[in-house]
Amino acid sequence: MEREEVLKKITEIARDVFDNAEVELKEETTAADIEEWDSLSHLNLISDIEDAFEIKFTLAEVSKSKNVGKLMDALIKHMGEKR
Amino acid sequence: MYSFKELRKHSKDQAEGEIKKLALLGNVSTQFLATAIRGYAFLEGLPLSVYDADYNQMEPQLLDPDSEVYCFCPDCILLWIATDKLYEEFLDLSPEVRPEFAASVMSKIMMYWDLISQHSGANILQMNFTEIDDKALGNYSCKVGSTFAYQIRKLNFMLSESMATRRNVYPLDILSVQIQLGNGKFYDAPLYYNAKMNVSMNALPFVAKAVTDVLKALAGRIKKCVVLDLDNTLWGGIIGDDGVDNIEIGELGRGHVFTDFQRWLKELKECGIILCVCSKNDESTAKEPFEQHGEMVLRLSDIALFVANWDDKAANIRLIQKTLNIGMDSMVFIDDNPFERNLVRQMIPEIEVPELPEDPALYLGFLQEQNYFETASFTGTGSDRTKLYQAEFERTKLKVSFETIEGYLESLGMIGAAKPFEESKYSRIAQLTQRSNQFNLRTVRYTEADIQSIAHDPDYVTLYYTLKDRFGDHGLVGVVIMKKKNGDELFIDTWLMSCRVLKRGMEEYIVNCLIREARKLGYKRVYGEYIQTAKNSMVKDIYKEMGFEEISENNYVMDVDKYKENKNYIKEME
Repeated sequence: MEREEVLKKITEIARDVFDNAEVELKEETTAADIEEWDSLSHLNLISDIEDAFEIKFTLAEVSKSKNVGKLMDALIKHMGEKR
Repeated sequence: MYSFKELRKHSKDQAEGEIKKLALLGNVSTQFLATAIRGYAFLEGLPLSVYDADYNQMEPQLLDPDSEVYCFCPDCILLWIATDKLYEEFLDLSPEVRPEFAASVMSKIMMYWDLISQHSGANILQMNFTEIDDKALGNYSCKVGSTFAYQIRKLNFMLSESMATRRNVYPLDILSVQIQLGNGKFYDAPLYYNAKMNVSMNALPFVAKAVTDVLKALAGRIKKCVVLDLDNTLWGGIIGDDGVDNIEIGELGRGHVFTDFQRWLKELKECGIILCVCSKNDESTAKEPFEQHGEMVLRLSDIALFVANWDDKAANIRLIQKTLNIGMDSMVFIDDNPFERNLVRQMIPEIEVPELPEDPALYLGFLQEQNYFETASFTGTGSDRTKLYQAEFERTKLKVSFETIEGYLESLGMIGAAKPFEESKYSRIAQLTQRSNQFNLRTVRYTEADIQSIAHDPDYVTLYYTLKDRFGDHGLVGVVIMKKKNGDELFIDTWLMSCRVLKRGMEEYIVNCLIREARKLGYKRVYGEYIQTAKNSMVKDIYKEMGFEEISENNYVMDVDKYKENKNYIKEME
């Protein structure tokens, strides 16, 4: 899956979790940029991404990914491990 | 089971009706559980408002009479003391006091109960404890009082004993969820360290189900009655065809499965659940195993109402419900046959109809997992209402009300086929002639060799019938053998049909096809005969019902040119 495609897919998940169809994710987007993105919805987002891509983030990736790009790095790494 | 995502989506929805209030208090994060419970309650139609107190606020909330939890005026307070936290506390204790750990936690919990009873009228939902074994001494931990594995098990036992003394405390068995799912699914370590959530997101729906089940029981929504099919549900095989000596029941082979299933049903009966039978059978045949088979666990005295006839099951269940005078939503209908299950589900949406697994070995585990029989009280054994209902049934003998099932039959999308005998089917056809006793007009038995020679004999006209519908393929379900009397006339030597497809238009379809076949071959008249046996009384008037003319007792004729097709909902295979 191309990086762009991954971004598209997690944007869809984020729109669903944040219940806001306007949400646009970019590589540099952080939680501070999106009003609905709090510590609780963060966990929902992580859990839905894990289920959708059938991967599991590590504790550090969940708590330390500073922006969407970093989260995608981790995600793509796990997807590679699956193969 | 619903996913957490589905529950989250419905967590803001509210079911209609009188709203009950539930407050959550825990030493771990309860927000996600609150979300899951809200969603689950909505999907189960339980009007519920959930208050979730901040993380680790148990004592301040319970001690202060004006706390948020008490001001919320809850009907129930759920106390969730997570084992993970207890384990950390345990390890911080000095080893000498560890053997007293369970007792000290128990006295703290009893203090919580006392505080709640003092400040509120709420019922208490008390979670028991999941298990952690840190393998400090390996298996040996089990017999050393200062290990956590020993103390947590002791605590669960003490908790059960203490709850038994308190009327307003209701257990919530999260331990059984852990056992059901296994640690791999139940825990999510990163989630615990990240968010103080000691249960994985995917395990939350199971915990929410347990909570909702208890709340439903507290609201009076309980199951009171199980309605049971017989053949291939209570025993293996078909009593009408196999006979009492050949059905599978007892400790040997597959019979063991059915014996254990009956043991569990008997246990339900002893816990106050009413057992009823609803079977498509002759009543006397259906009762034979209960009266004569030495290895049946259930006896007629265990069955409150015994309904065995050839009417449709939805009508029979209505009869049972009226006689017992209980709500349809308090009944569970157990039947191995998908056709019957779907008919009942469609005609009576309120009744619970579990989608049984195909393998009878899996019935028990599946039904137990559904947790249908949650209760909020137990009066002990001896409250046997079975006899009472038996008497009531004898007195009233309500007339069965026939419902129109035509719409249902139409919706099934049934597809039938009638073909002359072919080689690959000989053994199945022979087997049917040997085994079918009930829907069998003359009960002539044939071997495979007989069938083969009949198939090749120009003096015979043969047809075998298959049926499928949107729920599955029933395979070869009917056999007709017609013998040539002369150039104009045929005699129906054999007509048999599997009882699994009874009363859904297959009888009509079979006759339509055989008359068409006779017409195609240039015959003018078709003769039929009914020969009575001990088991085939269900078909004694079938020729008359299908429009044949009676010429003498049990002998009938149909004029092929005057035949009017019998109505049914079975379409011809393309």
